[in-house]
Amino acid sequence: MSSLKVLVPIKRVIDYTVKIRVLPGGKGVDTNVKHAMNPFDEIAIEAAVQLKEAKKASEVIAVSVGGAKSVETLRTALAMGADKAVHVETDADVQPLEVAKLLRAVADKEQPQVVILGKQAIDDDSAQTGQMLAGLLGWSQATFASKIEVEGDSLKVTREIDGGLETVRAKVPAVLTTDLRLNTPRFATLPNIMKAKKKPLAKLTPKDLGVDITPRLEILEVAEPPKRSGGRKVESVDDLIDKLKNEAKVI
Amino acid sequence: MQTARTIRSVGVRSPLLRRFASSSATPLVIVEHKSGSLLPSSLSAISAALKISPSVSALVAGSNTDAVAQSVAAVPGVSRVIVAKHEAYDHGLPETFAPLVVAATKAGQFSHVLAPHSAFGKNVMPRAAAILDVAQVSDVTAVVSEDTFVRPIYAGNALATVRSKDPIKILTVRNTAFPPAPTQGGQGGIEAAPEASTESPSEWLSEDVAKSDRPELGAAKVVVGGGRGLKDKDNFKILYELADKLGGAVGASRAAVDAGFAPNDLQIGQTGKIVAPELYIAVGISGAIQHLAGMKDSKTIVAINKDAEAPIFQVADYGLVGDLFQAVPELTKKL
Repeated sequence: MSSLKVLVPIKRVIDYTVKIRVLPGGKGVDTNVKHAMNPFDEIAIEAAVQLKEAKKASEVIAVSVGGAKSVETLRTALAMGADKAVHVETDADVQPLEVAKLLRAVADKEQPQVVILGKQAIDDDSAQTGQMLAGLLGWSQATFASKIEVEGDSLKVTREIDGGLETVRAKVPAVLTTDLRLNTPRFATLPNIMKAKKKPLAKLTPKDLGVDITPRLEILEVAEPPKRSGGRKVESVDDLIDKLKNEAKVI
Repeated sequence: MQTARTIRSVGVRSPLLRRFASSSATPLVIVEHKSGSLLPSSLSAISAALKISPSVSALVAGSNTDAVAQSVAAVPGVSRVIVAKHEAYDHGLPETFAPLVVAATKAGQFSHVLAPHSAFGKNVMPRAAAILDVAQVSDVTAVVSEDTFVRPIYAGNALATVRSKDPIKILTVRNTAFPPAPTQGGQGGIEAAPEASTESPSEWLSEDVAKSDRPELGAAKVVVGGGRGLKDKDNFKILYELADKLGGAVGASRAAVDAGFAPNDLQIGQTGKIVAPELYIAVGISGAIQHLAGMKDSKTIVAINKDAEAPIFQVADYGLVGDLFQAVPELTKKL
């Protein structure tokens, strides 16, 4: 099969290098900081673009659900090699089940055979959206992929599991989610960034897609985790063994 | 119903009343097992379920389930063990497992469905949640009440307390946050699961699981973690020697895994395993946010690093600034 159309959902998140700050009053975290594409989603875009370069995919469509600035993230995906983008614009807090429903609606419009998502977003750490989308569509799913091979109308996917790896064969249409080791995402070059500005970017709203995005989970509080009182240095291995035996009593 | 709801809303604020509010909850725990044995993560999920209700049910599926079902039935508090005996469930394929979870949930009218937040639970549960049209609360570290749970976000740098408004609460549970339930004294009944389709558009082909006679990383009381400072794969053997001396397991930072020093499944961190042993010894690990996410709930943390400014020292109970190639063998020898 040489004509796989690939949909890649991506999310704009706080950059992974930022040390986040919990806001006083338990309302959330300070989001007035550097943002970037979720690292697992960069891997998803790279995987899709590699499939296209290997002539296994015909078109790569990036889609993002989020506020106006998600357009920057979509432009990055286009600069990495996606052909077109879909922005489902909303300022609401959209949770995984609702994102999965929006993605199902986008999939109904765009008719991809493969959807590749990151295995989790590094902000909410839910690790749900891909599996939920596969469940809603009734498609096969292969999560935490570290290797993807196209074999006829199937995908042979190596998955990272507890204790090692497993390999599954998933018939298309299929939903995949990426693990870190799948690939190393390319950097967008300046000419490609310029070109990306001319690529098509369609705008939709949850209302256009007929999806109710009311959150099912109410966030009551966001708090700082308990602080550890680290920082004590020991002078020698003997000192360390003494402390572990007599103070911490762990050996 | 009205009364139950009133009590529940008070229960969120009052731990005293909470205990009595749980009588209407009917949790189901999805049991993860391997090679005919129950995994400790399932016992942690049962512990979490017992915080919701004093009586819980459990679902065991696969072709080799007899011993597992018996073990689960012997856990105090497990009243019903629902068994689905079919080879379609042997490798936890979500396309067959999720419909079974859905069928069992509907048949038993369960209010909560819990599974370990393991590769298995993460794979299957959101698919089941979507089919049931309910949200999932991932990686739960505390049960506040029947509908309110705590979970870490932003690589463990914040804790969110969330309330589920759905009629069925789907939860995956962080095993290190709940001690494994005891495995003796219970007398649960065993019954057959409802029928569910075993058709699947995907098939399991093979697995390549690292063999090790050391304790499993997620359950070990002592973990020795190695980072980029080990410099190459062969040097990891000094960590294995130290771990063996302490009866512990070896883990690795992402940097060490990416550099090929250690296999992927040893990775500790936001995207790898979460560990919370009695003793974590970080060797040649700087302490990036993503690594800390996987080990900072360890009881005692030791850091051995030549860089006195490494962030790992900010969380370490005991820090030794020095050359790991001298300190680790010396430590092994003197223990």
